[in-house]
Amino acid sequence: MAELNTGGKKATPRVDMTPMVDLMFLLVTFFILTTSISTPQAMDIVKPDKDENNKDNRLELKASKTMTILLGKNDKVAWYMGEAGATAPTYESLSQVEKSIIENRRKADASGVKGEFVVLVKPTSGSNFKNFVDIMDELEILKVKVRQIDDDNILDSEKESMRSQGIL
Amino acid sequence: MPRIKVKRTSTVTDMTAMCDVAALLLTFFILTATARQPEPLAVSTPSSTYEFKVPAENNATLTIGQGKVFFEVAGQKVRARTLELIGQQYKINFTPEEIKKFSVVSTFGVPVSSLKSFLAMSGADRMKPGVQTGIPTDSTDNQLNSWVLQARTATAEVNQQPMRVSIKGDSKEEYPVVKKIVDVLQKQKVNKFLLVTNAEARKK
Repeated sequence: MAELNTGGKKATPRVDMTPMVDLMFLLVTFFILTTSISTPQAMDIVKPDKDENNKDNRLELKASKTMTILLGKNDKVAWYMGEAGATAPTYESLSQVEKSIIENRRKADASGVKGEFVVLVKPTSGSNFKNFVDIMDELEILKVKVRQIDDDNILDSEKESMRSQGIL
Repeated sequence: MPRIKVKRTSTVTDMTAMCDVAALLLTFFILTATARQPEPLAVSTPSSTYEFKVPAENNATLTIGQGKVFFEVAGQKVRARTLELIGQQYKINFTPEEIKKFSVVSTFGVPVSSLKSFLAMSGADRMKPGVQTGIPTDSTDNQLNSWVLQARTATAEVNQQPMRVSIKGDSKEEYPVVKKIVDVLQKQKVNKFLLVTNAEARKK
């Protein structure tokens, strides 16, 4: 009877794993590139209710503690404190407004008038979506608690002054 | 002088361990990741430091870019129910097959009238430029309003949860376009939104 030659040297059952590793990493790379791992981040925004009948919608603001920021063209903003027309607006770029907010808040808090410091954001037709997100983000970073978005009541005088500066 | 004996080791390394690591990584990625959906309207979102995750359920995403708006509601069951409700509203009969097809379509932007032909297309054809023109938002034929309304109804029916609305806008999109969409939502008394942004490191 024929016998299998099992005696003598035993070959070690070693397999070369290199191609398999190559294949594995190829698959890993493929999966990294085709999938989105993290869910996108989002910004929580609340806009004022538009229901005219709701009496609770009216919010009283202290003129000396209210800062209005108008968003304009070319990443420019115009801001003023208090009521429109009372003080001349300041024009600056969006990146500089951070300092002004801090400064205004410090002044408002030092004035001793009751109430929170309020920032009113008015995005005009000249601004883009990024400007709006940027300013809301800035307010979040600076922890301005009371912030309002108002894109309906942009006064003619505000428009006029912005046009004169070429940012609307 | 005695010769220094250099020990010769084999240059073959054992790849088994490396293979194990690769397999582990592969398994990890397959299990954690969700397949990226093809987007018919590519937008580059602005970045912010907010750390709030867009919910995976009970959420509708409005993609705004190039003056157009696209719509997506999360969840296959919700999508199917939304289409049924839209069909009832616009007096269009969608076959069960069309509803099934629609439930796997993520973001889309076609008027209701061409929805049937859109669903009949293959996945590749749908992504061709010019096919998806955006959802009409005119005051005379405000279909976006209907979509959001029916999606909210469907979410409430299927999941018993209120639906959130996310807005995914392009950085360069002009504000009036965004305002127009937001006004549509505010008419339905949806005053809370999520603006989808890229994560950005907080500068300090």
